[in-house]
Amino acid sequence: MQNKQCYWLVLCLLWIKPLSAWELSGYVGIEDTVFYDQPLDSRQYMNYLSGVIEAELYHEWDNGNQIFAFVPYFRGTQYDSNSTYFDIRELTWVKAAETWELRLGIRKVFWGVTESVHLVNIINQRDMVENIDGEEKLGQPMINFAWIQDWGTIDLFLLPGFREMQFKGVEGRPRSQPAVEGSQAKFDKNGFERQMAYAIRWSHSIGDWDIGLSNFYGTSRDPVFLLEQDAAGQVSIIPYYQNINQTGLDVQATIESWLLKLEMFVRVSEIDTTFATVAGLEYTFFNIGETGLDIGLLAEYLYDSRGYFAPTAFQDDFFTGIRFALNDAQDSQILAGVIVDSNTYAQFYNIEASRRFFDSFTLEVEARLFNGASPGDRAYMFRNDSHFRFQLSYHF
Amino acid sequence: MKKIVISLLFCLLPAISFAEEVTSEQKGLEIMQEVDKRDLGWGDMATDMKMILKNKNGDEHVRNLKMTTLEMQDDGDKSLSIFDSPKDVKGTAFLSFTHALEADEQWLYLPALKRVKRISSSNKSGPFLGSEFAFEDLTSFELKKYKYNYLRDEVIDGIDCFVIETLPQYEHSGYARSLVWVDKERYIPIRIDYYDRKNALLKTQTFSDYQQYLGQYWRAGKSLMENHLTGKSTILLWENYTFRTGLTERNFDQSTLKRSR
Repeated sequence: MQNKQCYWLVLCLLWIKPLSAWELSGYVGIEDTVFYDQPLDSRQYMNYLSGVIEAELYHEWDNGNQIFAFVPYFRGTQYDSNSTYFDIRELTWVKAAETWELRLGIRKVFWGVTESVHLVNIINQRDMVENIDGEEKLGQPMINFAWIQDWGTIDLFLLPGFREMQFKGVEGRPRSQPAVEGSQAKFDKNGFERQMAYAIRWSHSIGDWDIGLSNFYGTSRDPVFLLEQDAAGQVSIIPYYQNINQTGLDVQATIESWLLKLEMFVRVSEIDTTFATVAGLEYTFFNIGETGLDIGLLAEYLYDSRGYFAPTAFQDDFFTGIRFALNDAQDSQILAGVIVDSNTYAQFYNIEASRRFFDSFTLEVEARLFNGASPGDRAYMFRNDSHFRFQLSYHF
Repeated sequence: MKKIVISLLFCLLPAISFAEEVTSEQKGLEIMQEVDKRDLGWGDMATDMKMILKNKNGDEHVRNLKMTTLEMQDDGDKSLSIFDSPKDVKGTAFLSFTHALEADEQWLYLPALKRVKRISSSNKSGPFLGSEFAFEDLTSFELKKYKYNYLRDEVIDGIDCFVIETLPQYEHSGYARSLVWVDKERYIPIRIDYYDRKNALLKTQTFSDYQQYLGQYWRAGKSLMENHLTGKSTILLWENYTFRTGLTERNFDQSTLKRSR
């Protein structure tokens, strides 16, 4: 009896000891999005309040060679039920060895180098409900094996489970007019073929150069949008997901204070072959006047052979931007940019500023302004949707 | 004969004054070579660093970082710094391959986006994390980075020191020169005065709470950087030094950067 109790005690202690190495962190935030033009649709509002929480439960053992992480995410919004949702951003186990890493579970992967768009970054679905810039991603189930050699790293991906892009509902803003009918989505493959995707990527740093070459086969993460008219003449926008084979390249040269960047892909679907690229540069003036201030100047050119039918509004556009980093104790930063359509001169302004307060709080302010789009431009749908977004977060 | 002597004298004269110059440069270099030599062979190192930023009014901001460093043969060290606080940048990691005279290679990992960004290493003189430490103050010491001049002997805080002038030979330095007080016995820095590009005294860094590891290598437990122009200061506190834990170059690659915590 005594022995058995000892046995259980030892087991409990063994269980508690690793538990003490579990780490919990994350943030809770309150967000307000303010529009200053009347909505095009009477079901939309001028002001949207929402709350957000993201937590990370993290544990590492085996000398840091094994990792477990769980990152749940929830946003609750005042209007538009589509914008209230829960997502598992990460639920993953990683095992690292000398020449390889195995990463299983729901994860996020980032590929690419440019700032205005992320063309080659294809593994995860974009979270367009969270933010129209597409920088936020939905978690993607995967088996990822990385083979790490002197001549670079080869990543192999098996991606089961296709995740559709989520769209704002009729009450949501900003959104297309009419709202995208996500539930009517069409696919050119069904069943297993729709659900599975495969990817391979080689990446390496050689001197000043960082290079990535990738291939993806499966259901495209970004849909093409179909305009359909019913008998009553009512137009609806329906996402159409094609099966694609995409070869992507991303390159950055880092030379002195210059960053030279290039991303491009060739995408082959059953219907057509398309090409898209973004190329540009960034130059930074560091520590101006010994004040710690860095000012970066950015310029990128965006091209997409799909023209008007591209799943992006940027087919032949110029992006210019300026980045201020104060390098102060509050880590204050501003990034302001504008994308101009080289044919219609329609402009999309994007200003992002952030600052830390009292060590645990951050304030982010974003301004997104649409200007100069004429009827017939895709951006015309957003002509009244210029807005400011404020998010105050507490980090724990 | 007289002619020969005179011409000999003429030959020797520049040689003598040249020899004098060589002496102060030579002596400076020899001292720093000894500093370098005594710190060779530690292999790899890990430590926890706390950074306390203080402004004129006494307001404090604290940052916590975990740092690992790998000593490289005939090249600058590789280092990985992982931010633990402030909380909003927790998990952000900074990977750096330093080189003596060529540009360093640097990558930043942003955990929210899972993005690794190659960044320019031209930013030598800018502040690190809003502190009074510039990037160049925190990169590894490489002999070839400077030219040296031995100036004098001086006792500070009861420690008998050589005073060496160091002149940066790499690009983009924010300093015209620095003065380093080197402990004559242990060959470790006790104090550094940094002079800005206009040759005005900008900052003073003092090292304290030295401890010896592996019976040979001295590491400071505390370093204070005071900015004489702004009145701001930054204290660095190092804890939990460990050496030779078997880190390899694999611990300083982009795959490791992406899973650092």
